[in-house]
Amino acid sequence: MEPIKQIHSKTVVMPSTNIDTDQIIPARFLTITTKVGLGKSLFADWRFLKDGAPNPAFILNQPAAAGSRILVAGHNFGCGSSREHAPWALLDYGFRAVISTAIADIFSNNALKNGLLPVVVDETTHRWLLDHPGAEVTIDLESMRLSLPNGASVAFPIEAFARHCLLSGLDELGYLQSKLADTAAYEAAQRK
Amino acid sequence: MTARTMFDKVWSAHEVVAEAVDTPAVLYVDLHLTHEVTTPQAFSMLRAAGLKVRRPDRTLATLDHSTPTRTDQVFGSTPIKLDAAAKQVRQLERNAADFGIELYGLRDARRGIVHVIGPEQGATQPGMTIVCGDSHTSTHGAFGALAFGIGSTEVGHVFATQCLLQRKPKTFAVNVGGRLPACVTAKDLVLAIIGKIGVSGGTGHVLEYRGAAINSLSMEERMTVCNMSIEAGARAGIIAPDETTFAYLSGRPRAPKGKDWDEALKLWRALPSDPGAKFDASVDIDASSLEPMITYGTNPGMVLPVGGAIPASAGNAVFDKALAYMGFRSGEAMLGKPINVVFIGSCTNGRLEDLQAAARILKGRRVAPGVQMLIVPGSQEVKRLAEAEGLADIFKAAGADWRESGCSMCLGMNGDTVAAGAYAVSTSNRNFEGRQGAGARTLLASPYTAAASAVTGRISDPREML
Repeated sequence: MEPIKQIHSKTVVMPSTNIDTDQIIPARFLTITTKVGLGKSLFADWRFLKDGAPNPAFILNQPAAAGSRILVAGHNFGCGSSREHAPWALLDYGFRAVISTAIADIFSNNALKNGLLPVVVDETTHRWLLDHPGAEVTIDLESMRLSLPNGASVAFPIEAFARHCLLSGLDELGYLQSKLADTAAYEAAQRK
Repeated sequence: MTARTMFDKVWSAHEVVAEAVDTPAVLYVDLHLTHEVTTPQAFSMLRAAGLKVRRPDRTLATLDHSTPTRTDQVFGSTPIKLDAAAKQVRQLERNAADFGIELYGLRDARRGIVHVIGPEQGATQPGMTIVCGDSHTSTHGAFGALAFGIGSTEVGHVFATQCLLQRKPKTFAVNVGGRLPACVTAKDLVLAIIGKIGVSGGTGHVLEYRGAAINSLSMEERMTVCNMSIEAGARAGIIAPDETTFAYLSGRPRAPKGKDWDEALKLWRALPSDPGAKFDASVDIDASSLEPMITYGTNPGMVLPVGGAIPASAGNAVFDKALAYMGFRSGEAMLGKPINVVFIGSCTNGRLEDLQAAARILKGRRVAPGVQMLIVPGSQEVKRLAEAEGLADIFKAAGADWRESGCSMCLGMNGDTVAAGAYAVSTSNRNFEGRQGAGARTLLASPYTAAASAVTGRISDPREML
């Protein structure tokens, strides 16, 4: 995986709360056996009309959204199914971070494994972002700070080891493999 | 010694390497359940890296999500309707064979929904850590196991190392006093809990369901409650094992036998939270005051008693959008609303007791004209038992469609879908937009409420029919 240090982009705002993984990528697209090409089905039922044409009312189909890499979403983004297809679809589409006041546990874990940053901020910062769609913001993973164009800089939490792996471009599997002697010792001691 | 929660006991017994500031715990996984939808990418990773499955003996595979439920597609010569689904089924068959994992294949009598077969086979046991690439893995917490859903990358981690990197979640006591009234089920209870704490109320926590009402539930009812923990945002749900648990497990194919059983019992009896154990959060619910519940919106927290009226929006755009999707208005009564489809099944309500409940309502009655009723057992074993005790005959006589086991219309991956705009009363777990098919409108309820609504063709209170 490529190391990630900083993401600078204008935002796209989807203020709905509880955007679940069935909206991010509907189940009928989960029959694939690879990770590639899911971006075209991202938010499929919101993004396309019944005849398959783009829904002009949907935010991602509007010119202002083009090229954005940061999604600002309502509270509890990514709830529901454990499908990792959700972060795969967001990444394939071009997003590199999601900002919300709460991001669901499994989605957040899955996102970190793939280099999509789950950024949880306070309500005041979130309100400002919702009110300023298209704002140019910077997410700095090293300092764990989000900088807004109004000069504000706010801290966000991120799990320490996931951050280390993302900054270094490391795969977490390598660390687990480095502990296999401990695992074998545990199995022997527990008769497992 | 400090009083410990059950979660804390199970967690610490599985720490291969303890959590530190810079690194999460390396947590050992006792049982890895797998299915066709979230494993292909993990097997590809193993192949690319030249890795093996470290403990195939702790891994079990089944086919459920994209699997057909029509008998002619499972046992006959009719091909699986969806090519992509057929490909996933074939791919898991190949992966299981290549990596030495036991697979309950398409025509295996032990096959079924992953969260139904684990307990049914006795593979799910108290004190275990259990993971699966599926959020409803929380179901297995009903046995006092720490069980949670993971993504496909983590499926790969468990394949390769039998371990996961995890930060320790917080604990949340859900105290349920009293006793459920007649015709009010475990499904109604868990919907009421989600309605109370909200769909993100459990985020970052493991819910421990406790109290008199929980103790009096059967194992199947406990599974229904734990199953929907994820719908409150929780990492997992857990219930203390007791005599009900032990009686359920005794004699099951994968349960310990003889001396091993006696030893296991000693360990299992020590699992419940110690008196005075501290939880990070708690909520109190009185089961005696509950009624049959039904959802009216597009998440499981948008729920009310079946006799209730849809609340006012108070200018909340998301609420308004949900009602517009459902075609409902604030102030409307739920009772009497016409419906098109009834689905009984899923890992939430696809077990034998759920089918018995549906049969109690359907016996001697007919599904209303114009209503499609699909009844899908949670496993082939549930199907066999339901047929043996005559439930299937009751369903067929009522005009319902009786199928082979699988996830089916809960998420519509296998082609069992609800049409756009149609209303489906469903015993499954999610009423998200499009969950049961693009544009489908889902109303979550218990098997009683679903069956009663099938008979009248309208949302109905099952208490009037029993």
